[in-house]
Amino acid sequence: MNKTLLYITVIVIATCGLVYELVVGALASYLLGDSITQFSTVIGGYLFAMGIGSYLSRYIDKGVAQRFVEVELAVALLGGLCAPLLFLTFTLTDLFHVALYGSVIVIGTLVGLEIPLLLRILKDQLKFKDLVSQVLSLDYLGALAASVAFPLLLVPKLGLVRTSLLFGILNAGVGLWSTWLLAPLLGNPLRLRVKAVLLTVLLVVGFVLGDRLTTFYEDQLYADDVVHASSSPYQRIVLTRGKRGFSLFLNGNLQFASIDEYRYHEPLVHPAMIRAGKVEHVLILGGGDGLAAREVLRYPEVRSVTLVDLDPAITGLATRYDELARLNGHSMTDGRMRVVNADAMRFLTEGTQRYDVVVVDFPDPNNFALGKLYTTGFYKLLKKRLSPDGVAVVQSTSPLFARQSFWCVEATLKAAGFWTQPYHALVPSFGEWGYVLVAHEAPGFHRPLPEGLRFLDMATLEALSQFPPDMGPMPAEVNRLNNQVLVHYYEAEWRRWN
Amino acid sequence: MELTRRELVAAFLGSAVAASACKRESAPRAPIPGAVVDRAVELGHRLRGGPLPRAEAVEPVDVLVVGGGVAGLSAAWRLKGAGVKDVRVVELEAEVGGTSRSGRNAVSAFPWGAHYLPAPLEDRGPVVRLLREMGAVAGVDAQGLPTFEEELLIQEPDERLFYQGHWYEGLYLRVGATPEDLAELARFDARMNAFAAARDAKGRKAFAVPTALSSDDAEWTALDALSMAEWLTREGFRSARLKWLVDYACRDDYGAVSEHVSAWAGIWYFAARQNGQGERSEGFLSWPEGNGRLVQQLASSLPPGAVSRDVLAHTVTPGEQGCRVDALDARTGQPRAFQARQVVLACPRFIAAHVVEPWRRERPSWLGAFSYAPWVVANLTLSSPPASRGFPLAWDNVFYESRSLGYVVATHQLLRQDERGPTVLTWYLPMAGADVKAEREKALSASYADWEALVMADLRPAHPGISAQAQRLEVQRWGHAMVRPTPGFVWGPERRAAAQSLGRHLHFAHTDLGGLALFEEANWFGVKAAERVLAELDVRSESWL
Repeated sequence: MNKTLLYITVIVIATCGLVYELVVGALASYLLGDSITQFSTVIGGYLFAMGIGSYLSRYIDKGVAQRFVEVELAVALLGGLCAPLLFLTFTLTDLFHVALYGSVIVIGTLVGLEIPLLLRILKDQLKFKDLVSQVLSLDYLGALAASVAFPLLLVPKLGLVRTSLLFGILNAGVGLWSTWLLAPLLGNPLRLRVKAVLLTVLLVVGFVLGDRLTTFYEDQLYADDVVHASSSPYQRIVLTRGKRGFSLFLNGNLQFASIDEYRYHEPLVHPAMIRAGKVEHVLILGGGDGLAAREVLRYPEVRSVTLVDLDPAITGLATRYDELARLNGHSMTDGRMRVVNADAMRFLTEGTQRYDVVVVDFPDPNNFALGKLYTTGFYKLLKKRLSPDGVAVVQSTSPLFARQSFWCVEATLKAAGFWTQPYHALVPSFGEWGYVLVAHEAPGFHRPLPEGLRFLDMATLEALSQFPPDMGPMPAEVNRLNNQVLVHYYEAEWRRWN
Repeated sequence: MELTRRELVAAFLGSAVAASACKRESAPRAPIPGAVVDRAVELGHRLRGGPLPRAEAVEPVDVLVVGGGVAGLSAAWRLKGAGVKDVRVVELEAEVGGTSRSGRNAVSAFPWGAHYLPAPLEDRGPVVRLLREMGAVAGVDAQGLPTFEEELLIQEPDERLFYQGHWYEGLYLRVGATPEDLAELARFDARMNAFAAARDAKGRKAFAVPTALSSDDAEWTALDALSMAEWLTREGFRSARLKWLVDYACRDDYGAVSEHVSAWAGIWYFAARQNGQGERSEGFLSWPEGNGRLVQQLASSLPPGAVSRDVLAHTVTPGEQGCRVDALDARTGQPRAFQARQVVLACPRFIAAHVVEPWRRERPSWLGAFSYAPWVVANLTLSSPPASRGFPLAWDNVFYESRSLGYVVATHQLLRQDERGPTVLTWYLPMAGADVKAEREKALSASYADWEALVMADLRPAHPGISAQAQRLEVQRWGHAMVRPTPGFVWGPERRAAAQSLGRHLHFAHTDLGGLALFEEANWFGVKAAERVLAELDVRSESWL
């Protein structure tokens, strides 16, 4: 038996074993946040499982070499696919924790079997003291190689999915060459070889497609540290923190970044507030983060703010999560606030109270369900609930990235019978963003802007309704419940930028 | 004869469904609670038994409408509109509406039959009048064409098609279509648009709604002599996908495939309800309960007590001064009799031939020309909307490889963003085979357990896991759901002969008199019969037609 090859085998096995541990640990930190906890539990669980594996090795009596090759192939399969499968579980199911610790235990156990089995295979070739010294030192050397390569080379160059697949391939390679290396000890090496080859092909295909897999998963990945992540029946909610403050993502889409959210929320709220006849009763549709409410509550005349958001998870987070509550000025617990977790369309249909100001702050119309909230059908309901001298404002996606979509929203509001005033503001995190101010008739100016705004003053406000040619008006069909043209515009336009 | 599960599915839905459903069948599941809910078969068959008892006491009435389906209710609605007070409607079932009946459970209202109405193209006729009465007409546009309330028009996404594991937008299978397929589709669309735009010298549309307003020029009526399948072949259409689309249309509106539908009727489907630019004006109107909403509107226009349910009228005897109508109380079996100055017999021909006393002695010559497709409609209540791959859940969801028409989602039209939560799917199976009698026997022979197996086998390939969401299944079998516009029927002599009043006191109304089983036809003939009654009663009222 060629000893050099055996030693290389040991190094490869050791490197692979540690890489899987790091992949799973890093993935858990990415997706769940709180990296200290994730790494501690993953490493602890993995080492413990290796112990189980070592213990179990005693029950393997016959065909040790055969079992060793089989273990290699099993580790190659499970370790190699762990990253893509865990991503998939995270994206598609609520079973991520089960899958995470399940894979830690199973992969750890299998890896724990490797070295004891190898030691037993080699026990006749070397003296015990040499055996232990050589195998274990090479094992630790492999671990060093893995821990240096992982952050410096593997994750930056390959990403987690392809790293795990690459080491699965190496592991399968170990299985394959072991069938020659250990041939004298194997009963029927051919069957094992065929299995090893098939496995390698599977992993290589996965590796080649890895880029596409990664594109599919990258919506779930964030540049900054995840400080909170949860799933509600409606969406996945993730808060991250980085150099530029913290950010909220819903289903991977950025909702705000604390560094520049004022540049979004001041233009969203104040133009409507200063032009409404009264501002006693304000309705906010969407906006469960409480940031629009913070702007509304700057006006002492406001007596009630009704915030209607579908998802109790997001309004709960805005109420109880300290940093978010600080950012929204504790608007959610203000005595004037009433939070209603309801379907906005049903809320408008079922009630009759009229509001002086309505702030419509829904996610962009990227599916048919959201598209309904941008139709004449919806805006007619809105019109019925707006006071005679009331003013409403609609967040209307980007007039730069989705120019026809923006003007489609404007045309739809006009078709619903509103007077409209489109305008836009630059929010660095989002880009150029658009709004449409609407009222029954052209409103006057009824009160000054509040003190303490960071972005808006009257001169700026006037400039916001100027559209440069690349964002200027363009023809668009009216978005109705029975045509949903906006969803098609939106999808086509954003596809060009992504 | 005992069929295996797979043979059963193959026999009703085709072998493609049998293959993919049985492939996916995992462990046996608990049966879905439910039932077959129809009872008309037993009631109707009483008509064919021996002589029935006759009542001594006779209830006098000015106008008796026999049949509370769309035609009968439309007749009563028209009479009410002219101020005729003493009008009675007798209906054999416990509920009015006929094949436009609807049901309701804790989750939603749902249709038992007809479930949509193409938005009328022009602002005239009784259907627009009815829609205006119910507040469905929003106004008229600059060209004077009617516009409809947005929430009643079918919301996008309206249609999708399931093919080999994936859902696609629309009803034409574009995926995998060759350039030749698409060229044929474009040529077909152009032909249909030309038919839609065609008008005769008198300005009548070649293909109009209702059929009575269509041109009778031989240029177009000659198309009635051949089948739609023959027409496709004659015009050089060979694409299997196009043939599928045309067959789907014929099954959807006529309960028969294109081989058994006249080319005139087949073209009518594509040409009558659009303006010649391929635009279907405002699209389709629908409600969670389907056309049950229209039934409710017609019924609510009548004075309380005008409609008697559970009354089986079995004999109509025309006389000098009016008609005597003998009936049974369907619940108690007690006989009842009416003496009416005028009768509108609003039932299909195969019933009329049994009910009208002189026709019992001498079978009317036109009877053999009328044939009716059986249908089965199932309402399946689910705990949540079905999950699917590809294009999202639409209003109408069709399986390319099945003989069923797929299903419609009852909660689709609700005004809400959040579409989760329980829903009801209405599943449609036209029994489209050539031999309607055999098809009817086949439909009636299947048990509830068979229907459960069939419905789930149809749905499962498109929605793995749907069995776990199923809460209740109810099945309605319609022995004679739709008159079939077989070649030669729509423009043949029998249909017109059957529509003639019998003497001055007995008039006929039903959708089968139009040759197409559609709301507009039933409504048209109901109103028309009522206007004959008005003429006989010397009541002056401007025509609604």
